[in-house]
This record gives sequence, C-alpha cells and structure tokens, in this order.
Amino acid sequence: MDVAGFLRRSNVLVVSGKGGVGKTTVAAALARLAARAGLDVLLVALDDPGRMGELFSYGGEFSYDDVVLVEGELQNDGVNKGSVPGRIRARVLTSDAALLDYLDTHGLKRVTARLVRAGALDVVATAIPGIRSVLVLGKIRQLEESKTADLIVVDAPATGHAFSFLSSAGGLAEAARGGPLHAQAEQVAAMVTDPTRLEVVVVTIPEEMPVNEAVETAFRLEDEIGIALGPVLVNACYPALDDLEEDPERAAEEAGVIDADPEVLARLGRAAEFRRGRQALQEAEIARLKQQLPLERIQLPYLFVESIGEKEVLTLSDALAIGIMALP
Amino acid sequence: MSGIGAMVDGHGVLVCCGAGGVGKTTTAAALGVAAALRGRVACVVTVDPARRLADSLGESQVKDDPVEITGPWPGQLFAVMLDAKTTFDALVERYSSNASQAQRILDNRIYANLASVLSGTQEYMATEKLFELHEEGSYDLVVVDTPPTRHALDFLDAPHRLESFLDNRIFRALIAPTGSYLRAAHAASQLLVRSIARVTGAEIVDDTIAFFQAFQGMEKGFRDRAARVDALLSEDTTGFVLVAAPRADAIGDASWFAAELSRRQQRIAALIVNRVHPDFGPPVRDLLAKSNGGRAWSALTENLTELGQVARREQASYAELVAALAPAPTVGVPLFDSDVHDVEGLLGVVRHLLD
Repeated sequence: MDVAGFLRRSNVLVVSGKGGVGKTTVAAALARLAARAGLDVLLVALDDPGRMGELFSYGGEFSYDDVVLVEGELQNDGVNKGSVPGRIRARVLTSDAALLDYLDTHGLKRVTARLVRAGALDVVATAIPGIRSVLVLGKIRQLEESKTADLIVVDAPATGHAFSFLSSAGGLAEAARGGPLHAQAEQVAAMVTDPTRLEVVVVTIPEEMPVNEAVETAFRLEDEIGIALGPVLVNACYPALDDLEEDPERAAEEAGVIDADPEVLARLGRAAEFRRGRQALQEAEIARLKQQLPLERIQLPYLFVESIGEKEVLTLSDALAIGIMALP
Repeated sequence: MSGIGAMVDGHGVLVCCGAGGVGKTTTAAALGVAAALRGRVACVVTVDPARRLADSLGESQVKDDPVEITGPWPGQLFAVMLDAKTTFDALVERYSSNASQAQRILDNRIYANLASVLSGTQEYMATEKLFELHEEGSYDLVVVDTPPTRHALDFLDAPHRLESFLDNRIFRALIAPTGSYLRAAHAASQLLVRSIARVTGAEIVDDTIAFFQAFQGMEKGFRDRAARVDALLSEDTTGFVLVAAPRADAIGDASWFAAELSRRQQRIAALIVNRVHPDFGPPVRDLLAKSNGGRAWSALTENLTELGQVARREQASYAELVAALAPAPTVGVPLFDSDVHDVEGLLGVVRHLLD
C-alpha cells in the first residue's frame, strides 16, 4: 500500500494502546511519516503532552492552541493560508479547557469564570458522565471539519480508557435527549463511526498482557462502537538476530579469536540464551495476536539506544513506511 | 538482604503507587506473599488486577470482601478486590441519619455516576477500604494497590476531593436559602443553574440539586473520617512503595511522586523497579575487531553489545532516583518470560524482592 494513500484514508488517526507500549512515540513517528509524505499534520495530545517535546527536540510549552513542532516546506507567510506540506503542529486538549471552550461558545461566556471559581465544573462533569470525552472529541471534530490539517494524529488515553473515551458520544446522545449537547454528541458519534473521517490504530508490544488488551480493545471498538481499525502496530520487536545458537567457544575458534577470556565467553553464552528466549516468546505472542485478531500487523523494531529522541522517532517512521508498503 | 523483608515486618500499611502498566498489582500481591512467608497476617487490596491474576487470587468470586489465599507460608494472606461502588454505598449507609436518606442517595442518578466519573473517587474508596481493614485490626499488614492514575497524588487528596465537591457553593446556596446574603447567593445560583440547564437539559440539573439535598447533614461524618484516614497515612508504620518500570516516563512519574511525598512528609519505604533487563556486562567490540568476522561470533558479540545498551539505558533511567531515595532500598525485579498469573509466579517475584 502507498504510504500517502494510507495516511490520507481518514482525517483523524487515533493512536491507542496500553500504558508503556510506546504509544506517544508511535504517534510521533506516524506524524513524522505523514509530514514526510507531504501532509500538513496536527498532533493532538490529551491532558498531558508526556514526552512529546523531547521526541521533536522541542523545548517550548504546549497549549490548547497550536504550537509548531516542525516547520513545513512552505513557510506560512500570511499569503499562503492553505495547508503547509511537511508541517507538524501540536496541541494539548484538556477536558477542563474543552468544557470551558464549549460553554464559552454556547452563550455561557459570562458565567464560566464563576463556574470554575465555584468548583462547579466537577459537578457538571459528574452530573453528565461522558461530557468531558465528548467535548474533547467535539473539539477534535471541529478541527477536523475546519480542515486545519491534512491529518490529525491523536495520542489517545491508554486502552481501557480508550473505549469509554470513544464510546462517550453514543451514551451522552441518549442521556441528554435534546438541546445543544445532544446535537454535539450526535455530531461526534457521526465522525467516530465514519471510516473516512476517523480510524483507530492499536499499538501493542509482543508480550502477554499487552496482546490480550489489544485484542480485547480492538474487538470492542469495532463491535460495540463501529469504529474502523487500521493495522495493529506491534512495537518494540527485537530484530531477529540469527546465528545465536552457536556455542561461543566454537564461534570464537571459527572467527580466529584464539585468546578469548572464558569469562567473556560465558557472558556471550548467557546473553545469547536470554535473547533466544525473548525472541521465541515474542514470536509466540505475535502468532497469538495473528490468530486472535483478524487485522494486518506492522512490526516496529526495539531500539537498542540509550535514550529515545527525535532521531529514534525518524527511525521508527522509516520502519512504519516499510510496514505500510508491505500491506496488501 | 534487600531491606524488603525488614520493610514488610516493620509496617502496618504499605501503599504501592506508580504509573499504569508498571506491575503495581503484581508488586502489591508479592509484598503480601512476602509478609505471609515471614509469618505475618497480610491483606492485599487490589484495584484492577489482570483477570488471570485475579482468578488465581480467588478474587473472581467475591468482590469487596477479603478472601484467604492459601500457600506454602507460615503466616496468612488475604486478598480483596476493591469495588468502589460497594465501598461507597457502605459509607453512605454508615453516615446517613436514617435508611430513607441512604436510599434517596443510592437511588440518585448523580450518585450512581460519582464512583465512575468523579476523578479521585476510586482512589478515595481505596483509602477508605484501607482504613476499614486497618481499623478492623485482624491484619498485621495491609498492602494497597492504588488505581492507575496520571495524578498519583489523587490517592492522598481523594478524601478531601469529595468534601469540596459536597461543599460546592453554588449548589449549597440553592438548597439552603436562609439569611439575606444567602438569599442573594440563591438568586445568583438559580440564574447560573438556569443557564447550565439550557445547555444540558433541566432533568440533569434537577437530579444534581436532589443529590446535594440528599447529602445534607452527612458532610461532617465524611470530613471526620477523611481526617482519620489522613492520620493513618501519616503514621510511622505507614510507608509508600514506589513501583516503576525502567523507562524514562515511568521513572519520571515516580520521581515526581517521591518529591511530593517528601514535601508532605510521607515516608517512602522502597522503590521497586519491575521488568529490568539483565546486565551481561560491558561490550566486547575489541574482540570482534580481532576476529576474521565469523557470522556466529559477530552475532554473539553484537547481541552482547545491544543488550548492554539496554541495560545501561535502564540503569541510567533510575540511578538518580535511587540515590535520592537512599537509605530506602531499591530492588530491581527482572523481566520474566511470562506474566505472573499465580501464587507460584508470585513466589518467583518474592525471591527477588527478599534477596
């Protein structure tokens, strides 16, 4: 499959996954890849940017409004108002800010400050479960409809929360039977269930619990909400290293190393045994994922580096490109 | 000796906290097993265990009531899976003045949402359960696994969060309009509430007002109990166990939490880092240079180099935190080949903890 085609098939790409599987890093890599394919990208983090700044070597603050992480090919000079190929902007949507934004734009501008001071936001949000999620999704929908970017990549809440986040609109449309909130919920539900507008990619790692969660989340998103799912991104796969079967002493002889320290040989042997074990486990988990979940998979490599930053994100975006091109 | 043995012997309450996905539940259960192995009577409160671990802990049958887990130990181990709604219901029943007040609250739609929606309610119920089990006096040690939260301090703040929710001025002014100042506040609140109703629908607002009315008179009970929970969390025999994975983000969360805890003069009992890669020692690149490039030899040395990089990245991620927490012990639990699902698996973790 062609990379740009893959990234243009829906307006919003929601990246979901269990805590610790590298969701934010993968979201950053997808944004990078889309920008390299000539798209104008908006990266949306929910509540907290996490390590997003480091992943783009960006030292500034994040806010509810856009900040530019990567300048595009065409600088926005005020003349060129359209999309800027290769640009990546980011914003952090917090549910409180989305709630205030919503009240502001629905004729409650004068009372919102009082609501915050009086601590009534919590009361409103508790009285109307799902309102926070719906308003955050409503903001994303507004960004999507205004065509502010070619692709919006959302670093979603951890799975477990991802389901309630994405299903909130359906529930709220039932709870609030009329009025602007009901309309808002219906508009969000329409976006969430339209595959040309929103797609979810589930990120996992080849280990037991993350695979279980990925399978469960994928089925629930598809069956209970009707969300379109992209390929499962299996992150942190040890690259296959063959020839680890050989006994270190014999391997040393074959390589012409005559004076190898027995302690070093023993370390090589233990390290090889560990790696073989991890690789076997990983293959078994990927096979299980394949068997239990009828979705395409893209494997992303485990990175043997001392820290993950901009360079590593680019490495992962290369791996994503290769994986996407290999998709049928 | 890791110091973990002394820790489970010397504490009455251990609170495990850390980011999501770092193995908090497994660590909490393992600490309970460690205490039982050392002859103590321990109870582990878990919040959201993976299904297979919950099954093996016998928690799938009964929620909210301790179940004894049998195993090869001289002490006793109990486990209870927190059900926030049940715990909250019991609190409401305890502090309501009569059965009809309790029923009015339990039937209210806003109340039904509280447990699942108001942030901090899960945490609040975890502290409540902890307090209840501790007061019961049947256990030498209560270990509590806190809910996965981005704001780990919710656990400490939670009891007061409900207080401020119930103290909400707008709604209080609506339900208790006495005195001229309050009458003015009442009018202002009504205006505000009418504006909210325009957006949300009147039904939701009516339910909310009914909720605050139903809760009237119970605030003091809740406030007093929150103060007693605070006192328990500040006792010398209460300790916080930071649980982390050797990743920059998880360690970052743990460091932030450590700083906040010491600012509040809470005790950090230990740092437990789960899923640590083994360290096979320094790389042997020079040996590769000396060789004539045999394939197996290249693979073996490259593997050692790569795994060494991982080990160093992990060690670097937590070195600073370990130094900051000393003399509180730090224990690294290695990456296992499979998840921990049963008592057997927990015993494997405990071996590393007590080493």
